[in-house]
Amino acid sequence: MKLNSPLQVYKYLLKINCGKCGEKTCMAFASRLVDRSKKIGDCQILLQDKEKFLQLAELLAPEIREITAGVGDRKVRIGGDDVLHRHQLTFFNPTVLAYDVWDTMEEVALIERVKKISEFKKFYVGHYLKLDMIAVRSTGESAAKFKSCVEKVTEVSTLPVMLCSFDPTVLKAGLEVCADKKPVLYAATKDNWEQVSKLALEYRVPVVLFSEGDLDSLKTLAVTFNRLGINDLILDPGTYPKGAQLKSTFENFIKLRRAGIKESQKEIAYPIMAAPITAWMIGSDPTLTSYLEAALASIFMIKYADIMLLHSIEPHALLSEVYMRETMYTDPRTPLKVDSGVYKIGNPTKDSPVIATSNFALTYYTVESDLSSGRIDCYLASVNTDGIGVEAAVAGRQFTAVRIKETFDEAGFDFKEKTSHNTIILPGLAARLQGDLEDVMGIKVLIGPVDSNQIPGWMDKNWL
Amino acid sequence: MSKKLTLAEVIELLNNVEIEALEGVTFEGDIEIEIDESVMNFREEANKLIESRFAVGTVKEWTTAIEEVTIGATPANGGTRGHAVTIGGEKALPYYFDSEMKNPTCVVAIDVFDMPIQLAKSVRTSYEDVMESPSDWAKKVVSEYHADMIALHLISTDPKRKDASASEASKTVEDVLQAVDVPIIISGSGTHKKDPEVLEKAAEVSEGERCLIASANPDNDYERVARAANQYGHVLLSWTQLEINAQKELNRKLIKHCEVSRDRIVMDPTTAALGYGLDYAYSNVERIRLAGLTGDKELNFPTLSVSSNAWNAREAWMISSPLKEDSNWGEREHRGLIWEAATGFALALAGCELFMMMHPGSAQLLKKITRMLGGSINEEKTDLSNWITKLII
Repeated sequence: MKLNSPLQVYKYLLKINCGKCGEKTCMAFASRLVDRSKKIGDCQILLQDKEKFLQLAELLAPEIREITAGVGDRKVRIGGDDVLHRHQLTFFNPTVLAYDVWDTMEEVALIERVKKISEFKKFYVGHYLKLDMIAVRSTGESAAKFKSCVEKVTEVSTLPVMLCSFDPTVLKAGLEVCADKKPVLYAATKDNWEQVSKLALEYRVPVVLFSEGDLDSLKTLAVTFNRLGINDLILDPGTYPKGAQLKSTFENFIKLRRAGIKESQKEIAYPIMAAPITAWMIGSDPTLTSYLEAALASIFMIKYADIMLLHSIEPHALLSEVYMRETMYTDPRTPLKVDSGVYKIGNPTKDSPVIATSNFALTYYTVESDLSSGRIDCYLASVNTDGIGVEAAVAGRQFTAVRIKETFDEAGFDFKEKTSHNTIILPGLAARLQGDLEDVMGIKVLIGPVDSNQIPGWMDKNWL
Repeated sequence: MSKKLTLAEVIELLNNVEIEALEGVTFEGDIEIEIDESVMNFREEANKLIESRFAVGTVKEWTTAIEEVTIGATPANGGTRGHAVTIGGEKALPYYFDSEMKNPTCVVAIDVFDMPIQLAKSVRTSYEDVMESPSDWAKKVVSEYHADMIALHLISTDPKRKDASASEASKTVEDVLQAVDVPIIISGSGTHKKDPEVLEKAAEVSEGERCLIASANPDNDYERVARAANQYGHVLLSWTQLEINAQKELNRKLIKHCEVSRDRIVMDPTTAALGYGLDYAYSNVERIRLAGLTGDKELNFPTLSVSSNAWNAREAWMISSPLKEDSNWGEREHRGLIWEAATGFALALAGCELFMMMHPGSAQLLKKITRMLGGSINEEKTDLSNWITKLII
């Protein structure tokens, strides 16, 4: 964004501190606009002054254009970044992960694959990691075949779709059955751009521009489309899956993003697409190819793909992909912690165990999910360790007998009243706190396993 | 610039911009309309591409090179290693075009332990036959798994394990140096009290081999470790826990107080596994590297990642998800391999050049991809022009 300090933004606000946006002062609102945790639409007064509103909106727009695809709950935002390194602010809008189906698939296999993609989920830190998009790939057989494939996919799934063909008649056939679902068109090239630009204008959908390894012609396409009034653009500079061309692909991604953010070259400041799926042009062994594809996915998720086209839906590939995306797009400004306190898991009684862990979100949710899936009714205390994991917090003295006591005191949890056993279970990695804790709290302290997935087995042996 | 138009020309013009009719408009007498020339050229421009050139600059702020550090000494330099490994020397982020990458940007040391240790099943299968003998273990990772280096972990000295003495452990160091001729990393057991003594003895018996001694850290007697590394001609690992300022402080102490020379420091700012703090570790390493490149002389050292940490992630080793709501986790053999490699990719791009790894497949994948990114693998160019229809599936 062009304005990067709250003071600069403040000048454009009304300075009346009305509080309707939820902030106490206009200055506070200005800093929320700068860190992008609030939108200018949250200021009701500014909304009434259209000219001023639009002026500020323009100045606050992210360096990389943000576009949307799909409709409803699973709608996605693509692009919208403002920095080259996540620690400088945060990366916005996690890389959209699109997996392919193709128009010669048998209907049963097609439906099964679409469902697998749509329904994939992996629990992580209190929420589920999911996949975002289905790319329907034309094998070149016929427009009619493509059309019926798109129809079937959009019938079975609510995920946004990407229509993939270099043939405008095929793309048009796809658009005819799903334009209202705001699909992404893949792709316009130097050869088909005239017809594809017409489709993008007619159906008002985002379009990917593809140019194989050539940034001059990619920019040529972007400038031309922009002149035609098409701004929802995504750039695909081509993803070469191997050799020295992989190096040039990597460099192209860096160049495009640097031009967009560091040099504010607006003509090229669009989201970027990577296609690790091209690994499947060279590989013959499916396992090795899925490794290569997952490797490329990692590389380009880190630098700087906003949307990505993939093939393998083997769990090992999917898990590493959704985790790497989470890694890059977790907001570094907010520590990953849960509120400290004493939580009920299941329906604990006076005989149920009381277990302590850290308030590092990853630790807490891992322990919590192990306990719930092991069907262990208990109290789980999330001790305030400043969001640090058990092992490091024991070493760094954020996980101490005093902190544990404070957590129970603040939660109003009295062992004598709430339990019949006056006992707490500490994580194996915090074993050294045992003596201290017994002294400080006057309760019995048991040492649990090192990994919480062993709690159910441990309970069978140690808890009657 | 403006032109005078006749009404007929106006209608023609409106046709061109695809406006079919004007509503509620009447003309009386002559009219003059000013129209921007770019609109007049609209149709013409839409018929052909607007040729453009792309250009972008290099990063001027990267003024300082990362120190070059050599690990291992050949006979010419007073050691017995078959080759030495030099890392560092970069003047840009890894694989960036701003500056040539001078040395290999990804060197893999495979872990060897001095006693049998509990390992994830997918890793254990590779080492089951050599676990009783550290020198056989070392030989295997060099000859079969093409490790660039060995990372020898003297965990038997841990009082909670065998509590082996420093002299016993140093015997293993000698054996391993005999068994293989690659450069080695000598690591203690991570016991702050005992490591300095163990590392001192190990440094003594490997004098002149220019090993990487792991480690000096704020919680142990780093002065003693540094002294030993200096005295016997080794390189020192400066290890801190995920905190850029702690790393800076330790490096400063090593240079100023312990007189470790700048070409003998490698950093380990702690690197966590994918899904288990990698987000934080990635940014910590990236910040350290950017600080080094932009002139912070207390942070411009080559960096080590213990990517084998990935095997602590349950997604790497568990046979299946403990949660029934999760989609199927698939085969753990594949999952673990990718987990360790992916952890490595992220850290390789953040700024690490030396990696401790465990799974031969992960090590191979990391090396292969990073060599491609470095431009040193020439293969036939893939033709992407019709890729949509040309996949082998």
